[in-house]
Amino acid sequence: MTDTTNSGPMLAADGRPLKQSLARALRRQKIRALMLIAPLLIFIMLTFIIPIGNMLFRSVENDIVGNTLPGTVEALEDWDAQSAETLDDVVFQNLFIDLFKAAEAKEHTKLGTRLNYEQTGISSLFRTTGRNLDDIGEPYQDWLEDTDERFKDGAFWYEMMSGSGGEAILEERRDLWAALVGEGMAGDIGFTLSGEVAELLPWTAKAYSDWAIYTAIADEDVVAEEDPWEAVYGALGIDLRNADTVAAIAGYSGPGADALRAAVANIGAMPTTTFRDAFAAEDEDWLKTENWQTIKIYSPNYTMGYFLNSIDMEKGLDGAQARPENQQIYVKLFLRTLKMSVIITLSCILLGYPVAWILANLPARSANVLMILVLLPFWTSLLVRTSAWKVLLQQQGVINDLLVWLGFVDDANRLILMNNSTGTIIAMTHILLPFMILPLYSVMKTIPPSYLRAAKSLGATNWTAFWRVYFPQSVPGIGAGSILVFILAIGYYITPEIVGGTDGVFISNRIAYHISSSLNWGLAAALGTILLSVVLILYWLYDKIVGIDNVKLGG
Amino acid sequence: MKLTKTLLASTALTVAAGGAIAEGHMAGDMTLVSWGGAYQQSQINAYATPYSENTGVTITWDESSAEAVAKLRAMNEAGNITWDVVDVVAADALRLCDEGLAMEIDPDEQLAPAPDGTSAEDDFGDLLVGDCFIPQIVYSTTFGYRTDMVPEGVEAPNDICDVFDLETYPGMRSLEKRPINNVEWALLCDGVAKEDVYDVLATEEGQEQALAKLDTIKDSVIWWSAGADTPQLLADGEVFIGSTYNGRLFSAIVEQNQPIGMMWDAQVFDLDGWIIPTGLSPEREARALDFVYFATDTQRLADQAKYISYGPARLSSAPLVGQHETLGIDMAPHMPTDPENAKNTFLYNYEFWADYRDDIDAKFQAWLAQ
Repeated sequence: MTDTTNSGPMLAADGRPLKQSLARALRRQKIRALMLIAPLLIFIMLTFIIPIGNMLFRSVENDIVGNTLPGTVEALEDWDAQSAETLDDVVFQNLFIDLFKAAEAKEHTKLGTRLNYEQTGISSLFRTTGRNLDDIGEPYQDWLEDTDERFKDGAFWYEMMSGSGGEAILEERRDLWAALVGEGMAGDIGFTLSGEVAELLPWTAKAYSDWAIYTAIADEDVVAEEDPWEAVYGALGIDLRNADTVAAIAGYSGPGADALRAAVANIGAMPTTTFRDAFAAEDEDWLKTENWQTIKIYSPNYTMGYFLNSIDMEKGLDGAQARPENQQIYVKLFLRTLKMSVIITLSCILLGYPVAWILANLPARSANVLMILVLLPFWTSLLVRTSAWKVLLQQQGVINDLLVWLGFVDDANRLILMNNSTGTIIAMTHILLPFMILPLYSVMKTIPPSYLRAAKSLGATNWTAFWRVYFPQSVPGIGAGSILVFILAIGYYITPEIVGGTDGVFISNRIAYHISSSLNWGLAAALGTILLSVVLILYWLYDKIVGIDNVKLGG
Repeated sequence: MKLTKTLLASTALTVAAGGAIAEGHMAGDMTLVSWGGAYQQSQINAYATPYSENTGVTITWDESSAEAVAKLRAMNEAGNITWDVVDVVAADALRLCDEGLAMEIDPDEQLAPAPDGTSAEDDFGDLLVGDCFIPQIVYSTTFGYRTDMVPEGVEAPNDICDVFDLETYPGMRSLEKRPINNVEWALLCDGVAKEDVYDVLATEEGQEQALAKLDTIKDSVIWWSAGADTPQLLADGEVFIGSTYNGRLFSAIVEQNQPIGMMWDAQVFDLDGWIIPTGLSPEREARALDFVYFATDTQRLADQAKYISYGPARLSSAPLVGQHETLGIDMAPHMPTDPENAKNTFLYNYEFWADYRDDIDAKFQAWLAQ
């Protein structure tokens, strides 16, 4: 005894402290358990969690504006959108450089589609202008080439722009390209930018670098042998508008200095149209303040715009504001989805409870036959079941024919049972009924019939025996069934689409529309996120009120 | 990812190409995407079977055209394009082109000239919508009505405004559950001149005017979302008159002998054709281009009209349209482009709807939900 008390911590057989040894063994066990479930875990991560996370992320993602028009967005920072002051020409100069590049890579129409969700008309504005950007650069090209023949020659441009010291700018342009096209633009381009020229002609340096990177990496041509884009000529035009640049050229002595000086000497012949007017000549809508406000509002990389849209609001100049009344729909649809899901769940309880009770109390053989009847619809395609309801419910359908034949309904006033919410409720109650019956049945199966007999022998009436003794014991089954039916119902879309008409459709139908038709995946993701949160909140409420331990899916 | 692939592809193409791409460098099988039903069958008969016989290529069909845009976008993001040639309506082709998901086509280089030497560009003419779309057929969205449900003493409907006239023609109508076409028809019947329709629709008031007109028949409308719905509703006597694609009505009337009549007034022409997805391997791309060259030549387009009443997209195909393959009736009078039928027509305005689709659809859906 004294030995152990003196030697400090208790030791295991191998001489290590017992505590350590135990932790080790436990850890090994945990790892082994983890390894066992690893295939499932990885599977779920890859096929469930990551895609859902990715989809949810789209509801706030908005880097397309900044990636496509980086210079323009920067130039817009000083612009007060609220006062709608006239835009500085530098915005349009940036737009020219950005959009030219985007149009070459066929990325501008994507941005047009994106912004068209917020401001009608931007889609065609980007598409048509993207086709004709050459027209804006060409006057500068003509002027430069008339001034000095050498501007026609790609090799001359290469000589003038090449050098060293402009690596940082080149890498920056390369990163912007990578962000624009969504993949790396790495690789040798056979061109290095001269730092001196970059300082002298900043716009030209940027435009030439853009062109050189694209020519070398995407077109796989040799930079020295190709003629630059019209955007490069336009950029030189922008540079030469700056009086400081013109003054600095006098002191410049690098390659192409004489050609630049010739251009300065001939500056009187340079096109005088501002870039603003040049864009306006392509499309008047470039002058519309609303379009620029939209670009400015949606220029950050993340946006709450989709979520606001999902609750019938929009991002305005002063923050969130309600949408015009004639466009409000989502809140209404969310509420309708909830309301109808509750009605469907209640109808399932009403219809399913007696069936489950019979199933649980019949002798095994007849119960099995009934069980097959319950399960039969499960084995039929959902579409077939819904279409069958169409045949039954339509105005010239089986149910109406029967009612007319029996004389309950006048032939001229046949009941409208589908293409409205009634149709959705009837068809969905039928389709979801097994999800209520099965958990109810498995719970009722475990309630010993002797309890009821005992209650009755103690003097209870049939009703009291049922209500006070039997029903409370079946509540966990109702809970489980309700959760199943409600959660399934809230996300349903095929059945409402087919029999729901206009007032029987759910929010999921709009989500499906935005996924497959309007391609507004951001909005679809936001609507989906809200729907998911609503379900989780309701689940949490349910747990608080009823307690999730009281839910039984089986014995 | 996408660009790297294109780069790899073009490198491989440069290496492989010495001149024309030889047969050996094309893929041996391909997946075509279409709409299913009688339309796809007409494509199988007119294009796919002869092409397979000529070249030995195995063709697999996928009936996904209705969701083609969304699926191609998803495939592109996953970096695995499994389709080679996709049949889509022109509006979707335009969107795929905008999204960079469809390959640009040079008609004169990549499509067959007409037999008399007219270039493909001139032969297709205005129907070359966008830079990626290879036109195939002209179809129209028009009305069919139950001949036995026309009230006594009234002549059969022959004017688009009869659809809005509940007094003369009582009964249910079926219209497509989207604003396109419906709002144009509503404005036409609310006194707007045909040439002004899109100017009016571009304004807030014009959109309200159109919805207000539709409101007058809202309670009598069943809204459809699949092309098969209206023929079914007409056959069941659920509706008196309804809009759908003319080929669907043709098969209900001529092939199934239903008591249905055609009303061609203010039919809206639309185009359907092929696109080739971007990001295919050079072998598959060469095969896709080879197929499209074959499938959109003058004779092939005329052949398709033997099986379905959609007009060929080439001018040079029109004179070659003959009789129905099995029924032996003349197809020309059933074509939407037939002069008798095309007295008053509309052409789907692609540019307008590309811009206004989201905006007007939001208002239309909000109106529907009221």
